[in-house]
Amino acid sequence: MAIIETQNLNKIYALGETGVHALVDVSVSIEKGEFVAIMGPSGSGKSTFMNVIGCLDMPTSGQYFLEGVDIGKLNRDELAEIRNRKIGFVFQGFNLLPRTSALENVELPMLYNGTPSSERRSQALAALRALGLEGREHHHPNQLSGGQQQRVAIARALVNRAPLILADEPTGNLDTKTSIEIMELLVRLNDESGITILLVTHEPDIATYSKRIIRFLDGKIISNNPVKKT
Amino acid sequence: MISIPSTFKISFRALRVNKMRSALTMLGIIIGVGAVITMLAVGTGASERISKQIASVGSNLIIVLPGSTTSGGIRTGFGSQPTLTKDDADAIEKECPAVAAVAPNLNGTAQVVFGNQNWSTAVYGTTPSFLEVRDWPLFSGRNFTDQDIRSATKVCLLGQTVVDNLFGSMDPVGQIIRIKKLPFMVIGVLERKGQSPVGQDQDDVIFIPVTTAQKKIFGTAFPGMVRTIMVKAKSTKDLDAAEQQIIALLRQRHHIGPKADNDFSTRNLTQMMQVAEQSTRVMTILLGAIASVSLLVGGIGIMNIMLVSVTERTREIGIRMAVGAKTMDIRLQFIIEALSLSLVGGLAGIIVGISGSKLLSMLAGWSTIVSPLSVLLAFGFSGLVGIFFGFYPAYKASLLNPIDALHYE
Repeated sequence: MAIIETQNLNKIYALGETGVHALVDVSVSIEKGEFVAIMGPSGSGKSTFMNVIGCLDMPTSGQYFLEGVDIGKLNRDELAEIRNRKIGFVFQGFNLLPRTSALENVELPMLYNGTPSSERRSQALAALRALGLEGREHHHPNQLSGGQQQRVAIARALVNRAPLILADEPTGNLDTKTSIEIMELLVRLNDESGITILLVTHEPDIATYSKRIIRFLDGKIISNNPVKKT
Repeated sequence: MISIPSTFKISFRALRVNKMRSALTMLGIIIGVGAVITMLAVGTGASERISKQIASVGSNLIIVLPGSTTSGGIRTGFGSQPTLTKDDADAIEKECPAVAAVAPNLNGTAQVVFGNQNWSTAVYGTTPSFLEVRDWPLFSGRNFTDQDIRSATKVCLLGQTVVDNLFGSMDPVGQIIRIKKLPFMVIGVLERKGQSPVGQDQDDVIFIPVTTAQKKIFGTAFPGMVRTIMVKAKSTKDLDAAEQQIIALLRQRHHIGPKADNDFSTRNLTQMMQVAEQSTRVMTILLGAIASVSLLVGGIGIMNIMLVSVTERTREIGIRMAVGAKTMDIRLQFIIEALSLSLVGGLAGIIVGISGSKLLSMLAGWSTIVSPLSVLLAFGFSGLVGIFFGFYPAYKASLLNPIDALHYE
């Protein structure tokens, strides 16, 4: 079964008289365990697509099934629950809570699903350790390097065992060496844990880490091809 | 759903980040709660003092005064005519069912001497029921007896002030003092009663049998005349009935025609005191209300800061929403943050209020009483203020669009 299934997604922003047609009849299917890169110039609709897939935004028309659940039928709080249990977000700007330790940042998603505090702690510690952040648990984001911050963010995305990770330009703020580290980490998660990953990027080098590339232009999918591994 | 203890933890961390700001915001609540507690303490102290004075005068008391009479077209003032007698007092006691006890009074000032000490004081001629009427217990010795009244014996009861001035630390019971040069045996000493509602020293007094006062000390032109009659009604409810019965009885005894004015008047002291007590209660409420305005202003301060905080932390709210915070989670977080501000402020306010009241009673000499109820009230009110003024910012935060919030710069 496809983890992501969209049918004729349309998104129109009411802007000016005509409105902006950000997504035009986007139909796509992504299987469990895939690693897909979304590419396209800015304004091509790839961010809007990611927002809809991430249950942060609703399409104007069309349907979106996440693990068979029709997202269009859910209310605000139900969407929050889906995000909590099924989706891990990794952002370009890391989006960690400032003045909050790495440990507590990773605990954050579990705060909202009733995990008892001792379990929150042990799971967050385990997630941090798995990403090589041992000894950094009590550092605040501003005491960590960019790569470390992004790894904390990935730990946060993983900690609820979400089957889907949405990474929006995860290497955008990182140097090449660190970018490679992060991408290798994502590839490993995809290979070893079978986590489905959707990656937005505009760097062709980064996109080649994925297994399939979907290109957007003017709100439409213009190509959808597997990556040829050399 | 997020757990409450975790939310409190998050709130306290957020408040610690901006220590100065949190402290200043709390200051509004601290002043508000402190003012409410202090003002209520001042009001409660005042009304407590009045009820104590009411008790010291004697409860359910009616005073009958001789009235004015008109002779030759000239009206004289109250009390100018000797229209009340001891027989009137006896009749009231016997015939008015709503009356518990009656004490006639014939008083004046006299010089009293003991050994080489002398003192000028008020001398009251009265009956044994006086102590009951005034709710005035004996400190030592014994009360008068009816026999003392009948045979006009020269015995007396002393107030504490008189004892202090004539005897010092010596026990006066059994000693002989001279009132207007006549020897009287001290048979008892009264408990200290303190000041009257108008600030008179109630203990500067000597009581003697009314008959002795009439015949030997103040020798009156009218046989049996007394200056006032004090009546104690059976209960507060009986006060009005007792007053009516006394008026009816005295009109009959004094042969006053249906259209003529009374030649006496009655004063219901307790009622007057209750009016005074009520007015201090109104004052207490007024003081509290004015003070709670400052609490309200403190609440507006909280709302103001919470709104700023929500705007500043838009991105944080976005992150929380992205990882699964629901509407109520966000709302709860900000309400609890406001509540923490107001409750911590409230606790500090209680301390300020209690020490403020202590300071006021020390410096200004006002009697202040901090009642637990007023503390609870002020603290509870500060909590309500926190929730009320925290709600709008929290509501605003919870309605943010997660995408906009995430990308907020």
